[in-house]
Amino acid sequence: MKKTLASLIGASVMAMAMVPAVQAQEPKQGGTLTMAIQQTPRHLNPAVQSGTATGAPGAQLFAAPLRYDENWDPQPYLAESWELSEDSLSMTLNLVKTATFHDGAPITSEDVKFSVETIKANHPFKTMFAPVESVETPDAHTAILKLSQPHPALMLAMSSQLMPIIPKHVYGDGQDPKAHPQNSENVVGSGPFKLVEFVRDQHIILERNEDFFMDGRPYLDKIVMRIIKDASARTIGLENGEIELVAFENNVRNINRLKKVDSLDVSSDGYAAIGPIDWLAFNTKKGKTADKAVRQAIAYAVDKNFILKAIMLGAAEQANAPIHPGSPLSDNAVNAYDLDLDKANKLLDDAGYAKDGDGTRFELTIDYGWPALKPQAEYLKAALKKIGIAVSVRASADFPTWAKRISTYDFDMTWDTVFNWGDPVIGVHRTYQSTNIKEGVIWSNTQQYENARVDELLEMAGKENDPAKRKELYAEFQAIVAEELPVYWTNTLPYHTISNTSVGNPPRGIWATSSPLDRVYLK
Amino acid sequence: MNLLLPLLQRVFYAAMLLVAVLILNFSMLHLAPGDIADTIAQASGGADAEMMAQIRKDYGLDQPFLVQLGQYIGKVLTLDLGYSFFYNQPVTTLIFEKLPATLLLVITAQVLALVVGVFLGVFSARNPRGIVSYLVTFIALFGYAAPVFWTGILLLIAFSLKIQLFPVAGMVDVAIEGGWFVKALDVARHMVLPVLTLSSIFLALYSRLCRASMMEVLGSDYIRTAKAKGLSERQITYKHALKNSLSPVVTLAGLQFSAVVSGAVLVETVFSWPGLGTLALQSIIARDTPTILGILFFSALVVIVGNLITDFVLRLIDPRVGKSS
Repeated sequence: MKKTLASLIGASVMAMAMVPAVQAQEPKQGGTLTMAIQQTPRHLNPAVQSGTATGAPGAQLFAAPLRYDENWDPQPYLAESWELSEDSLSMTLNLVKTATFHDGAPITSEDVKFSVETIKANHPFKTMFAPVESVETPDAHTAILKLSQPHPALMLAMSSQLMPIIPKHVYGDGQDPKAHPQNSENVVGSGPFKLVEFVRDQHIILERNEDFFMDGRPYLDKIVMRIIKDASARTIGLENGEIELVAFENNVRNINRLKKVDSLDVSSDGYAAIGPIDWLAFNTKKGKTADKAVRQAIAYAVDKNFILKAIMLGAAEQANAPIHPGSPLSDNAVNAYDLDLDKANKLLDDAGYAKDGDGTRFELTIDYGWPALKPQAEYLKAALKKIGIAVSVRASADFPTWAKRISTYDFDMTWDTVFNWGDPVIGVHRTYQSTNIKEGVIWSNTQQYENARVDELLEMAGKENDPAKRKELYAEFQAIVAEELPVYWTNTLPYHTISNTSVGNPPRGIWATSSPLDRVYLK
Repeated sequence: MNLLLPLLQRVFYAAMLLVAVLILNFSMLHLAPGDIADTIAQASGGADAEMMAQIRKDYGLDQPFLVQLGQYIGKVLTLDLGYSFFYNQPVTTLIFEKLPATLLLVITAQVLALVVGVFLGVFSARNPRGIVSYLVTFIALFGYAAPVFWTGILLLIAFSLKIQLFPVAGMVDVAIEGGWFVKALDVARHMVLPVLTLSSIFLALYSRLCRASMMEVLGSDYIRTAKAKGLSERQITYKHALKNSLSPVVTLAGLQFSAVVSGAVLVETVFSWPGLGTLALQSIIARDTPTILGILFFSALVVIVGNLITDFVLRLIDPRVGKSS
């Protein structure tokens, strides 16, 4: 294990050494970056609030033990080095000794311990730190995470989006951390930027942390995050230069329009860890979709190319498997179910679903959670008519209405977008493990899919520290679910980062803007 | 005395109306499937069962409906609108943060629409066959027919992108530093497009109505008498005719006040204007019941006060109003 780690560090050092050679320009100090963000976060403390709305400002305010480059390689951040023991049951973090919080107090192993405990108790992603039994603090700058079982997901969980280091002397004062007043104002962070002002529905203003532990960073003096919910206004702002950076843009028409603007860089890099996938989910316990042949026939009748070209306008990538194609663990080479109406019809004929006088075999419903997925639902109706399935599209008034239907299993099929959140243990297992069939909880295993081998494979992969073996386990898992199709994956969500050409080092790492923007500068 | 009794009556009706608004909205929101726990799960990208149960317990959503309703009404009677589920802030704080921005937008748009609408109406009524009259009719119909958000986006493309005159979104430029005058000027600059958009519909209404009622009044006997007395055209129009033709316009303006408030929701969304509209949209999407109820409460209040003011303005313009009843 030590060897793999050393080679990993070696690789990242090399990668870092190569960066200046590639860049034509030296980063410049100073300036204000104006960004637009789509939503008002509930508050700014990612330890007790998941999601990218809090993650983007949160990653600037709080540092994490590790950070990641675009090749999924971990790099030292608040932990200058880290080491996994031989038995894979304890992870030692050696903290940067000069690091301080925004109020001047030193960042110690006690704060790491407190952060892990707070996240473990309050964060919705329970699998992230579930195997962490305790955190030992032999000295002020060494924290040892004791694990009940090997837990490779820990590496990605130590990123800014998921493991912000928060000060114990502020957030450990006995108040409920979820409702702590300093989650929204007077935030005391550990990251490259300090909070100046957070005005709901207007803006978040951040300024350079002069005492940041990485020398010379951050390059920017100030970041202004303007909250602009309307996609047209964001697009116009980018075009006229009022806004210099927007991440998580997924309106394909606007993206394609902005690609033609000379003063802008448009890129889909940076979303592999967040890993959003659009898919068609089936109720595998009730009605016709409980039959595997029906699910496969539907998959053959849906033309992914149509979705990619006509609905996504070429801005999204094809997805064939449960793990995002940008992840090294993905196996996008499984059966893709390319359009084949004969095969689809034959599957249904063989399964005994004969056509009646009108050419209809049976009826199904399709739900969708939010308006952006409506075109896919409408398309499904047309596509399945060709194989004799009459589909009725069911709209939902809003997200809770849809969530209630799906999580109480009142559906045949639903179109959905689900995120990987870094390691498969965090965002992928939940959809397929039979232990996660939890009524009333959206984005659990609402398909009610049960397969003992899948359960076993996920259990093993969750504990396997050897990357090659782990990939094999996930490959077998992906082959099984691609055959049984509790979910039919179609494409990645077309997230794009759009930046003005005056912005140097726009965020392209695997966590997009949910990572520290300390390397971003203005030319 | 003449004014006091109807006022008290009005206030009593208004209070009843507010209670009805509260009960009705609370019940309707309760009927909708799903709740805040789902939207917190959505904002989080996932959730687990214990956490959702905890959220429901924290916010009292596990209680029976009547208990929840009773508790809520009881709290409102003590002027406590509760805590926002989504932002963990007192609802009154959230609303008072946003109310000034909405009032600024709504009142400015309403005043602009009234003044310009009346002026255009009078102008085109005096020359009903002139080119200006047709132009006013055309603009009026166009403004009325076009959806507010579409007008807004068109104005953005024209005046933020093609001619870079006004900012695309927000109410203040955070980079601007200076005294109150500089800041007020900055807000004014941000206000131009939202106000134009919001007033476009009502401008249409008022100018059409004013034109019609002005033309009617200009044809009546007492105007002929005034002409026969030898008064100037100007005096006749503004002193005699306008006053009488205004009352339908003012009545309509009062009735439209609620429409202006709801139009503000759309305009605020397009221009990211940080008012009650954006808060309303956000809280409806998030199923943040206390905030939605709070906003509806305040909107009802604003509309009721608006209507009361209209009523009294009407009495001032036309002394006959209220006498007959």
